[in-house]
Amino acid sequence: MTDGRGVWLYAVTADGLDPHDLADEPGIGGAPIRTLAAAGLTCVTSPVDLREFGEDALRRKLNDPVQLEAIARSHHNVVAATARAVPAVPARLATVYHDAGRVAALLAQRRADFTAVLARVTGRTEWGVRAYATAQAAAPPPAAAENTGSGTAYLLNRRAELRAADSARRASAHSATVVHTALSRLAAAARSHPPQSTQLTGEADTMVLNGAYLVDDDKADQFAATVADLAAQHLTLRLHRTGPWPAYSFAAVTEPETPT
Amino acid sequence: MNGNTRAPAQIALIDLLDRVLVTGVAVDAELTLSIADVDLVTISLQALLSSVRAGGHRHDSDPRLAS
Repeated sequence: MTDGRGVWLYAVTADGLDPHDLADEPGIGGAPIRTLAAAGLTCVTSPVDLREFGEDALRRKLNDPVQLEAIARSHHNVVAATARAVPAVPARLATVYHDAGRVAALLAQRRADFTAVLARVTGRTEWGVRAYATAQAAAPPPAAAENTGSGTAYLLNRRAELRAADSARRASAHSATVVHTALSRLAAAARSHPPQSTQLTGEADTMVLNGAYLVDDDKADQFAATVADLAAQHLTLRLHRTGPWPAYSFAAVTEPETPT
Repeated sequence: MNGNTRAPAQIALIDLLDRVLVTGVAVDAELTLSIADVDLVTISLQALLSSVRAGGHRHDSDPRLAS
């Protein structure tokens, strides 16, 4: 680790990845993509200079919006190209090893885990569905009392508003649960990520579901149609489907939440 | 992943980070890096993501904003 050469990990795949599938994708910082085989598995990597991508330097880069975006997009582009070619376990952003030997050791050590995840994602694609509580669901009710001149009336109004807002929130949360359950039934595995905050999304509406679904590829059309049906049934929610994604949400070695 | 489908050319950054970090970035706004298996680095993404927002970031995957 003194020579300054590190290894950026994008994904782990089964043996048999054709390096030509990744020939057009530049790695982080424009580095060439290299595959590294060990223990019957293949790692998709690229070399990084640890002076630029070691702990401190990487922290600085990831705290810069422009560099974070460039790194996230490069990482994702390589992961997505890999996942289009073969079943792949995506690595989380910024997984850096100090040398190739450590990557090979990782493959050998965790072979069973990676093999299990590869079996889970083979022939399947991750789709995201976000649900937002629409503005009308959260709208306050008409004034509960006509007499606006009195403090009592104000308090009654205020209380009615809070009750209505609370009830709208509960209704949206309930609808989100119904949607998630319905989509989970269609999926081989499902996960509910923390909703993104309105501060980050810039949306006026509150996100009430940030779901990820691992769907058999031959059910992709059915999944899309079901999202459309659910959107029509739940008018207090606005649904938005994202994807196809590499199986980022299902790469964890621990078994994800399974549909009932 | 379905080999016949290509991801959209440009994915909204917030969605991308939500996936590539997979740590509930929107909630705790911290990222833990695994470097060389053992060294863990925690990065505060709070200020970062605020500035991403303030920069009028693309939301091209959201039809509501595109319309």
